Amino acid sequence: MQLLVVQFLSGLASAASLFLVASGLSLIFGVTRIVNFAHGAFFMIGAYLAFTLTDEFSGPLGFWGGMALAAILVGLLGGLFEILLLRRIYRAPELFQLLATFGATLVVQDLVLLIWGPEDLLAPRAPGLAGAVEVLGKRVPSYDLFLIVLGPVVLALLWLLLHRTRWGVLVRAATQDRDMVAALGVNQKWLFTGVFALGTFLAGLGGALEAPREAADHTMDLRIIVEIFVVVVIGGLGSIEGAFVAAILVSLLNAFGILILPKISLVLVFLLMAVVLVIRPWGLFGKKEGAARISGGATASVWKPLDRDGRLVALIFVAAAALAPLALGPYGLAVATEIAIFVLFAASLHLLVSVGGLASFGHAAFLGLGCYGAALTVKALGLPMLPALVAGPVLAALGAAVIGWFAVSLSGVYAAMLTLAFAQILWSIAFQWVPVTGGDNGLLGVWPSPWAATASHLYWLTLTLVVVAVTGLRAIIFSPFGYALRATRDSDLRSEAIGIDRRRVQWRAFVIAGAGAGLAGALFAFLKGSVFPDTMGVSTSIDGLVMVLLGGVETVSGPIVGAIVYKLLSIWLVSHTDYSKLVLGLVIIGLVLIFPKGIAGSLRLRRLRRGVAAREKAPA
Amino acid sequence: MTIRTGLKSLIAAAAAGLALLATAHADDIKIGEINSYSGLPQFTDPYRKGWQLAIDEINAKGGVDGKTLVVVSKDDGGKPADAVTAANELVSNEGVALLAGTFFSNVGLAVADFAAQKKVLFVAGEPLTDAVTWSKGNRYTFRLRPSNYVQAAMLAEEAAKLPAKKWATIAPNYEYGQSAVSVFKKLLSAKRPDIEWVAEQWPPQGKIDAGAVLEAIDAAKPDAILNVEFGPDLVKLVREGNTRGTFQNRSVVSFLTGEPEYLDPLKSETPDGWIVTGYPWSDIKMPEHDAFLKAYQDKYHDYPRLGSVVGYSLMKGIAAILTKASSTDTDKMIAAAEGVSFDTPFAPVTFRAIDHQSTMGAFVGKTALRDGKGVMVDSVYHKGADYLPSDDEVKKLRPRN
Repeated sequence: MQLLVVQFLSGLASAASLFLVASGLSLIFGVTRIVNFAHGAFFMIGAYLAFTLTDEFSGPLGFWGGMALAAILVGLLGGLFEILLLRRIYRAPELFQLLATFGATLVVQDLVLLIWGPEDLLAPRAPGLAGAVEVLGKRVPSYDLFLIVLGPVVLALLWLLLHRTRWGVLVRAATQDRDMVAALGVNQKWLFTGVFALGTFLAGLGGALEAPREAADHTMDLRIIVEIFVVVVIGGLGSIEGAFVAAILVSLLNAFGILILPKISLVLVFLLMAVVLVIRPWGLFGKKEGAARISGGATASVWKPLDRDGRLVALIFVAAAALAPLALGPYGLAVATEIAIFVLFAASLHLLVSVGGLASFGHAAFLGLGCYGAALTVKALGLPMLPALVAGPVLAALGAAVIGWFAVSLSGVYAAMLTLAFAQILWSIAFQWVPVTGGDNGLLGVWPSPWAATASHLYWLTLTLVVVAVTGLRAIIFSPFGYALRATRDSDLRSEAIGIDRRRVQWRAFVIAGAGAGLAGALFAFLKGSVFPDTMGVSTSIDGLVMVLLGGVETVSGPIVGAIVYKLLSIWLVSHTDYSKLVLGLVIIGLVLIFPKGIAGSLRLRRLRRGVAAREKAPA
Repeated sequence: MTIRTGLKSLIAAAAAGLALLATAHADDIKIGEINSYSGLPQFTDPYRKGWQLAIDEINAKGGVDGKTLVVVSKDDGGKPADAVTAANELVSNEGVALLAGTFFSNVGLAVADFAAQKKVLFVAGEPLTDAVTWSKGNRYTFRLRPSNYVQAAMLAEEAAKLPAKKWATIAPNYEYGQSAVSVFKKLLSAKRPDIEWVAEQWPPQGKIDAGAVLEAIDAAKPDAILNVEFGPDLVKLVREGNTRGTFQNRSVVSFLTGEPEYLDPLKSETPDGWIVTGYPWSDIKMPEHDAFLKAYQDKYHDYPRLGSVVGYSLMKGIAAILTKASSTDTDKMIAAAEGVSFDTPFAPVTFRAIDHQSTMGAFVGKTALRDGKGVMVDSVYHKGADYLPSDDEVKKLRPRN
């Protein structure tokens, strides 16, 4: 009994800070539809600022004033970020803003290190709340009790703000139907800025309140960002009450779960999210989104297969790539091989995201399954490289069949988050199933067969398979199946009306994309010689999305351009500077501003404007 | 920690970038170095300072056989796959004579496997997993730091002296935590069959829910706790445990907590009397360490962390291998490395021929609070050689090449 009460209180205290941060994210998504990946970065800045301010100003006033000031500063920073960056790209395709917030996250990680140094920083204990209170003979930190009270208070204040002020009415209206709000003459610009500032203020407050409980360090943004996305999705996007309930649910389940299964916390939130989404596709408190008013989906321009010129260019490009071993040494070829592998990875994700309109935050799962499929074929079955190159994609396709089966019954960000949940569950299996996968020490010694062992042979093999696979994916896009897939993306209703079985078509797309990523994974295993769980981690999935977005969602060739640019840039930067994240983040933000439709998308637009379009349309 | 130091480091970073452009001379010996500079700066910053100091000292004395040592350093971002890319660049493009460095166990293993495949010498600095020299050991890989097993053996020896009978464990849920707990349990139970293991907690690394974990431990009413948490998780655990009184009237044995990297952030929260392994830099009375400490403080105006000692000793070890081999041929370097002795701030150590593990040891002592800061007191240096298993056992642990 005593233990249950204390665990209950611990759970509630953890829920409070989780709720603060998650509510901000939910608000921002609800109104602006931005998947704000930088939310964790704002949380982290809040914690660091709180450390500096409470360290600088002592005494109760200094401490609590410092906390408030930290949160306000973060809110201002958030507003500024929205005005300077996000405002310029609202018209960009869906999810494109994710790219900008991802860039900002990278920049903040390195800036925090430069400003505050590498050491973990723990803020002082809260004056007046430094000690503990006896509850049933157990000592419970008084700061925890303060947080337990604060959570509902913030919820109530937010409720009042949203329900009792005109601004709140507008925010709720925009959450339900932002086109209508705009049509009614509301200045969306300042509404969005205000919501973004409020959301980041809450993130900053959450970070500041954590500063006396845990040390600020430069990785805390990534540690929290996935968890709060999960909380927001479980609660229902845009729902503050949902975020509150979900935060409590997650925290209590964790507090009690570890009493029975001490290793459960690794996957608990993802298991919970998967279960919730399968039962309630829009989260606990979410509502079904209204059908998109603008039909035509993400793509305004018509896709066409390559014409004769285009094919010639592609042929020249492939021929030039095939001659690379004449110019490059073993290292250059290894880099080229890695880039080719990620071209396939990005192209397979593109089939889901751009062609099928199915955002996926867990595409790394298929890359990882391909890696493990290949590695286990070599290590456990003792078979050579070729069967392993088959086993990788087969395992990945099987995984995609299962994940896709669940994901296609959801839509939008919910589907994306379900793929993330499955990817994390697979990751934790790879991480925990030590006898088979080797756990985080991985599987070693997965090197190519002798005939493919030299850098140039492995490169040619990879290039051949990647060119065949990418050409195949392209052919699929322009096949009847591809048209059906694009139809389901552009209009669910209309495609259904002409007899397209949406779920079946999208499910097949999942299996195809999974197999493509699996082949990339199998090749990756042989390139690196070893396989580790981090291949299927969140950051690899995000990398894939960044490649697709960078290239341009609305194009057919975008992922190829995006993968080459992003991979080349990140390998070069990691090798040449200690602040690769700072530079990479700035470059991404720069590219977002210069190419608001992705690199390939913007170049294509420019080409069209120059009148090349006219020639293309002329009969040959 | 002000804006100004931030700007300073920015300028330093720019300067470092320019320095990279300077190319090496033909008769230099290039050492390829890889570490998680961007992922784990609290360790790798002092580590880099340590190896730079060693390289400066070695080159000031004329280098090795008249050749200057040049270190080409790369970041792995904490990812094994990126470390393999970096290793490939160093070997294929830079033409380094050997590879060195790494922090995380999985990164160390990936580079070790790469080294075996490409037949390049690799001297691992930090990775603690026993697998590097035992179950996944290979002919091309050597390791400097005392492994998980050795640290567990030192701590188990101290723990056996405690009256505590009921033990609980808290460790991060990944290979490092798991193997630390299992070796410690095995060794302590062997010494004290009367011991009972009453609870275990495995929070995910970086995401400890400290209150819930501590209450779950407390509910089992253990006499003593083994802790393997470090970094931000440790800070959270300690502050929460101090407030809740979980550590009161209990013995705590803790891996790595005495290392300045992990002890310093605790500041006034530093618990009293935890039995820890670590690096009590201000209290060490060894002539070798005095010289190192003075040189380090003169150069950097900062005190060394354990990372500094690892980086410094790593390059000293490599210089000794190169000197003994008088060649950069891999086979000759491996032959030279087996059994080579070299000076470190913790007295001379040897790379054992049998498993390529160095005999570097660690300090075992107790944590204490002094002037609002955490320190290690009553510390004693234990030699690594005294805690490694017998040669017969090692032979069984290591695959035959």
